[in-house]
Amino acid sequence: MTAPKERSKLLQVSDLSVSFEMDEGEAQALDGVNFEVGHGQTLGLVGESGCGKSVTALSIMRLLPKPMGKIPTGNILFEGVDLLQLSPDKMREVRGNEIGMIFQEPMNALNPVKRIGDQIGEVYLLHHRMQKKDAWDKSVEMLEKVGIPSPRTRAMEYPHQLSGGMRQRVVIAMALACSPKLVIADEPTTALDVTVQAQILALLDELQKSLRSSVLLITHDLGVIAETCDEVCVMYAGRIVERASTQELFANPRHAYTRGLLSSIPRLDGVPKTKLVAIEGMVPSLSELKPGCRFAPRSGLHHPSELLDEKLPYREISPDHWVEACPVCSDS
Amino acid sequence: MSEEENILSIENLRVYFPVRGGVFRRSKGFCKAVDGVSLILKDGQTLGLVGESGCGKSTLAKTVVGLIKPTSGSVKFKGNEVLRSGRSMPKSYRREVQMVFQDPAESLNSRHTVGAIVREPLEIHGMGNRDQQNERVIHLLEQVGLPASCSTRYPFEFSGGQRQRIGIARSLALNPDMLLLDEPVSALDVSVQSQVLNLLMELQNKLGLSYMFIAHDLAVVKHVSDMIAVMYLGKIVEIASAEELYSNPLHNYTKALISSIPLPDPTQSTSKVIIPGDVPSPINPPPGCAFGHRVSSPRYPESIGEILEMKEIEKNHWVLACPCCVSG
Repeated sequence: MTAPKERSKLLQVSDLSVSFEMDEGEAQALDGVNFEVGHGQTLGLVGESGCGKSVTALSIMRLLPKPMGKIPTGNILFEGVDLLQLSPDKMREVRGNEIGMIFQEPMNALNPVKRIGDQIGEVYLLHHRMQKKDAWDKSVEMLEKVGIPSPRTRAMEYPHQLSGGMRQRVVIAMALACSPKLVIADEPTTALDVTVQAQILALLDELQKSLRSSVLLITHDLGVIAETCDEVCVMYAGRIVERASTQELFANPRHAYTRGLLSSIPRLDGVPKTKLVAIEGMVPSLSELKPGCRFAPRSGLHHPSELLDEKLPYREISPDHWVEACPVCSDS
Repeated sequence: MSEEENILSIENLRVYFPVRGGVFRRSKGFCKAVDGVSLILKDGQTLGLVGESGCGKSTLAKTVVGLIKPTSGSVKFKGNEVLRSGRSMPKSYRREVQMVFQDPAESLNSRHTVGAIVREPLEIHGMGNRDQQNERVIHLLEQVGLPASCSTRYPFEFSGGQRQRIGIARSLALNPDMLLLDEPVSALDVSVQSQVLNLLMELQNKLGLSYMFIAHDLAVVKHVSDMIAVMYLGKIVEIASAEELYSNPLHNYTKALISSIPLPDPTQSTSKVIIPGDVPSPINPPPGCAFGHRVSSPRYPESIGEILEMKEIEKNHWVLACPCCVSG
């Protein structure tokens, strides 16, 4: 949505579109997504399931399922290099080395038949061409860094021997093993209990500071966003509807969807047993999307047909606060 | 508190699962999933039950509906004991208490139409003839906000929120007095979550239902509950009214649990109490207070060997009186 103002951004995603070929036709998962992540910054992507958060992460990592996933337009500049143009070999050097990824479900992200030490060591073997023994020692060191007690014995264990929180620590150790410049965390705490979630978020914050990495945090939990992110993008049905600094977004939401999302969460200081503000209906199916305002059917507000059929521009309402300029849904 | 007000009272309920091993699969010990729980649910109210995964919340709910046999204890429904040794629970009880499960995708039979799913309880309990049953199914679907045309469709055709509505419609089929809701909104998106919560609160008002609401999201539990019980490793550690529990938590575990909720408000400074470690295994629990052991409280040794009991510190505010977790 912006022309690159400064050259200093670590990651610049511009006009990214992703479509999937399905039996029923083409489904557009992302439509013209723009955002930037600065050095040392944490950017949050928030939205409901099916809005395209994970697809965004997978396209940055070039891990979209083939051959159904296609990227017809857009570019992803990482330190000035377009990741979409890299050869598969070059991309493999970036993955895990310069960009690390933390997945949602640690049990699925780990190999059940390999020792934890070997799994983390793999990263060093691949990217640093280390000896096996050195890689093992580095893994133990990494396990210690993510707060796993008695790392030397733990490294010998298999994923099923660890608790959920421990497994997520192992996944984090793996993602951060090569001190990546960018960490993509896709719902890193969704599968965990609140108490463990607090541990993991504190750990991520601490590691981010010591490694000076940038983080792209994907979540559906606005509470997690409020506590960890500098800037937030709110996604809906494949588009970013609003982008602002965390403070600004929570204090001053300008899009109807953001407002609906913020008011639909039950709050600890709210009046109990009162009716919650609910967004009616549900996220539209990807194959029936229109180019214009996608929140129109759920907003309960009348939209003239030109707002549905034409792609809407973005407008900067106040400095660094961007909103999809639907005159009905956003007060721009 | 008079007996009639309580629709459900659980006393000293224990559920121990034998841990077997060795050549002859002999019992080596017990997994104390629910260890001496006493709870009361008043007619027309909601009792919230919170705790981390593995603390025994779901086992407790399943025991109350009769899906798991308890080791000892008593469950009284409207003053009548329903746990009868060697016999299943009375049929009237099984009609009046129903359960809604967490994952609506897995708790609905994917090969049955929605109509057949909602009708099944009516068939099992022999309520009315086919026409009356069909009429009732349509009424139930409309009650949970689904069109009558849904009854000929299959579960996969619906979104998560709609499937949960089908699950609720099924649980209401037999006109129950009480629903056990086991994480009914955890699998749903925020915007849909609030729709389902609104539906549940509306149904409670309209039909005079009592709820036992199990969840790990404390904000959700606080929003719907009158009383809240906090569970940790098979034991209740604190019970109080929703307001009281959040404004004046007494047990250290409750305090830590409340402080670890991420607040959707970036302006609030967060002073978090981060609890180290995980819930210990209920197979080999620490000898003293399980939570004091986890946080290595300096006063933990005092709790070893002591029998911890619930004490009423203020009116209707009960806490597990453990020397290392409750100050004063």
